[in-house]
Parts: sequence; structure tokens; C-alpha cells
Amino acid sequence: MPLALIRKALVAILFIAILLPWAQADGVQAVPALTGPVVDQTGTLSASDMAALEAQLHTLEQTRGAQVVVLMVPTTAPEDIASYANRVANAWKIGRRDVGDGVLVIVAKNDRKMRIEVAKALEGAIPDIAAARIIDGAMKPRFQQSDFAGGLGAAIAQLSARIAGEALPAPEGAGHPSNSTDGGRDGFDWTDLAVFLFFGVMVAGPVARGIFGGRLGGVLMGGGVGLLAFVVTSSLIVAGGAGLLALLYTWLFGGTGGASPGRGRARGGAVAGGWGAGTSGGWSSGGGGDSGGFSSGGGGDFGGGGASGDW
Amino acid sequence: MIQRILALVAAVLALSGCGYNDFQRLDEQSKAAWSEVLNQYQRRADLVPNIVATVKGEANFEQETLTRVVEARAKATSIQVTPETLNNPEAFNKFQQAQGELSGALSRLMVVSERYPTLQANQGFRDLRVTLEGTENRITVARNRYIQTVQEYNVLARSFPTNLTAMAFSYAPKPSFTVANEAQISAPPTVDFSASKPKP
Repeated sequence: MPLALIRKALVAILFIAILLPWAQADGVQAVPALTGPVVDQTGTLSASDMAALEAQLHTLEQTRGAQVVVLMVPTTAPEDIASYANRVANAWKIGRRDVGDGVLVIVAKNDRKMRIEVAKALEGAIPDIAAARIIDGAMKPRFQQSDFAGGLGAAIAQLSARIAGEALPAPEGAGHPSNSTDGGRDGFDWTDLAVFLFFGVMVAGPVARGIFGGRLGGVLMGGGVGLLAFVVTSSLIVAGGAGLLALLYTWLFGGTGGASPGRGRARGGAVAGGWGAGTSGGWSSGGGGDSGGFSSGGGGDFGGGGASGDW
Repeated sequence: MIQRILALVAAVLALSGCGYNDFQRLDEQSKAAWSEVLNQYQRRADLVPNIVATVKGEANFEQETLTRVVEARAKATSIQVTPETLNNPEAFNKFQQAQGELSGALSRLMVVSERYPTLQANQGFRDLRVTLEGTENRITVARNRYIQTVQEYNVLARSFPTNLTAMAFSYAPKPSFTVANEAQISAPPTVDFSASKPKP
């Protein structure tokens, strides 16, 4: 077969392979962006209504620390509102990092359904029956009059009252906004980094010593390892410690150059090669909802608690 | 001598590359997820006597539905389930089947109860209904998390080279929740209201 034809076929396959992941297999809706404590995708709430609700929610967060978020969507199809709410709440992870106190109030306007999704930490303050009562008492009658802002305001007031009765940890001062970029570092796998550096130094140490001589090789190894550790962990203590260890190892065990670097390299190389695949899983990336003034605490764990209703 | 020691240390540490640590972590994770599933199933089983007692007070309630619920619950709670059930696919399937029967009996009870307006007006029954719905949601979430954990574990147990570690340390793939009787579930349920007339 002519080469040009084969090349075209390969290009076509490559295109399909790249574009195919963009096609949604499931058909479920994407998680909306967490732009603030009130996310209104239906355009129902006026600017003043939104401001009033946001003020209520900010007050709650500042006094009690709990994060309540209101979400209005046109529809949750093809999912039912419970699975959609659970998925979105777990994606956003609203609620303080170590407490996990978040609540999601979701209204699917065209479906005429609503749900209050409660995180595990708040299931004591807002049991399912209480959530159902809030829906039936505060939200349903007002929604039937198309008074969405009023219904949501009343619901938030009742939720705040219930949360206030719960003995949650006091919120941090106003100068400590939850920093979601640190989230990635928390999930970091120390053991993998330590093992990686161990092998790295075992392999590279004798090599550096052989090329640069004992003193300089050690210093370079120490400096290199320290720099790498600092870049990854942003911690001077860890970087300093790692660099010092690398320095000492290279000085003491680096070998005299010549035969040893070759042997060390072969052994370390074989192990480090088959091992590299294992580390890739250990590095996690952070990221969560983030915007000026409001960002998710990152701690919310939603187990399916809460109640649904319709109007 | 020191070369040999270093070689030994390197060999031991290389296990981390073949997923040994990951197996430990995922094994514990799937056990924890399984315990959570059992926890939620137990919570539902504890609700059933309250529901049955509330419904019994309703005159002329379809006795057959009630009996079925009581029997299904007895069967589901009689099966002894431990974290070791995870390693026994037969016991796992039996448990899953029993819980599925209880789900079916409860949903039928809820459907039938809609024909009794006094029952619907009963606040206690409405509360129980809300709690049951919440418990079913929690069961769904717990099952989903278990399925995801087990998927991670199974992928590790079956991929190369970690399947060698799995064989060396006898980490078999774990069972996951299946949909028993898929054809039956795909067919829409038929509810026949002609059988018994509700009391006004």
C-alpha cells in the first residue's frame, strides 16, 4: 500500500483518538462553577435578591464557619435531583477542610423539584426530617407563589438556626480565607518522594562524585536534592534535611569512582526504571472551587443525607 | 558486603514500585467502604419495624404487602455479614440478593400506601417515609463509593506488573455490586389498582 495512504490513515486515527474523549459517554450534566455562595443558572433571582442571600450566607459562614451554598438550575436531567445534588456537592466539597460542614440547597426550576443536601458533619444538626420540614414549611408554599427569593431566604434562616444549635468548632478569624491551593499538598505522598530521592541519590551520587570529585560532587548532590525537595514541598526544613542527607550520603558512600559508579548505576537504574510507574500515582493535584471572596473549604463529604421535595 | 546489604534494601524497597503499598491501602479502603455499606443497610433494617408498626395501625391495609416486608427484613438480617464476606463471592451474592428483596418489598409498600389518604396525612408516617428515602440515598452513595474503591483495587490486582505482587501475597480481585436480574429491572413496573379498593 502506498505510504501516503498509510500516513493519512494514521493521522485520521490520531484525530479520532484525541477527539473521542470529548464526547460525553454518560450524558450527565457538567458540574456548575462555584462562583459564589449563590449560583443561579436560571436568572430567576434579581441582583438585590442575590445580594441579600449572599449577605445571609456570608454572615453564617463568618459566625459559625459552616458553608451553605444555594444552586438554581433549570433541570437536573437525566439524573434525578438526589444523585445530581450529591455529585455536585461532592465535587465542590463545600464545608471547612477539617470539619466538613456544608449544605447544598438546590432548586431545579423546570423540574419543579428542590433538595437540601446535608454533609455528614451536619447530619446531627439537620437530620432528614428537619430538612423535609424546612422544604415543606419554608420553601414549598413560597415557591408555589413563585417567590423564590423569599423561600430561599426563609430556608437559609431556618438552616442557620439549626446549625447555630450545633457545637461546631469556632471559625477562624477573618484574615484566614481557606486556601484551596494548599489542598494538593495535603494529599501528597511523602513516602513516594522519599523513596524516589533515595534511589536518585544512590544512582547519581557515585556518578557526581566520579565526575566532580568527592567534595564538589557531594555539594552538588546536596544542592540538587535540596532544590528539588523545596520546589515540591515548599518547606525549607524538609528541603534542608533532604539536602543534608544527600550531601552526607554522597561523601560517605559515594564510592571512589571508577568501577562503583557503573555498578551502582546498573543496579539503581534497573530498580528505578521498573519502579517509576509506581510513583506516578502518588502525586496529587489540588484545586477546588475558587473565586474572589468565596471559595470552597474543601472538606465537605456528602453521604446522601437531606431531603427532597417538589412544588 | 555493603553492596549486598544495599542490594537487599533496594530489592525490598522496589516492592513499592510493584504496588505492595498500594495494595495495603486499597485493601483497607475497600474494607472501610464495605463497612459503610453494611452500616447503611443496617440503618434501613432498623427503620423497618417502625414503618410496619405505623402502617399496621391503618385499618384494612393490604396485609400481604406488610407480611412480605417483614419476611424480607427477617431474611436480610439473618445473613451474617462480616468484612470477610468480601473474599467470598457466593456469600456476597446471597447478601446482595436478600437486600434487593427488602428494597423491592419496601418500595411496593410505599406505592401501596399512597392509596390510603389517612396514612398519607399521618405526620409520623410521612416522617418515616422521609427517613426511609434518606436511608436509600445513603445506601446508594455508600454502594457507589464501594464500587469505585473496589474498581481501583481490582485494576491494580489485574494489571501487570502488580498482578504478580497480588499473586505473591494472595490479593484476589474483590466482588462488586451487580444488578441482579437486569432484564426484570429494565421492564417498567406494573401496579394493579383493581385488586382491592381503598377505604374512604
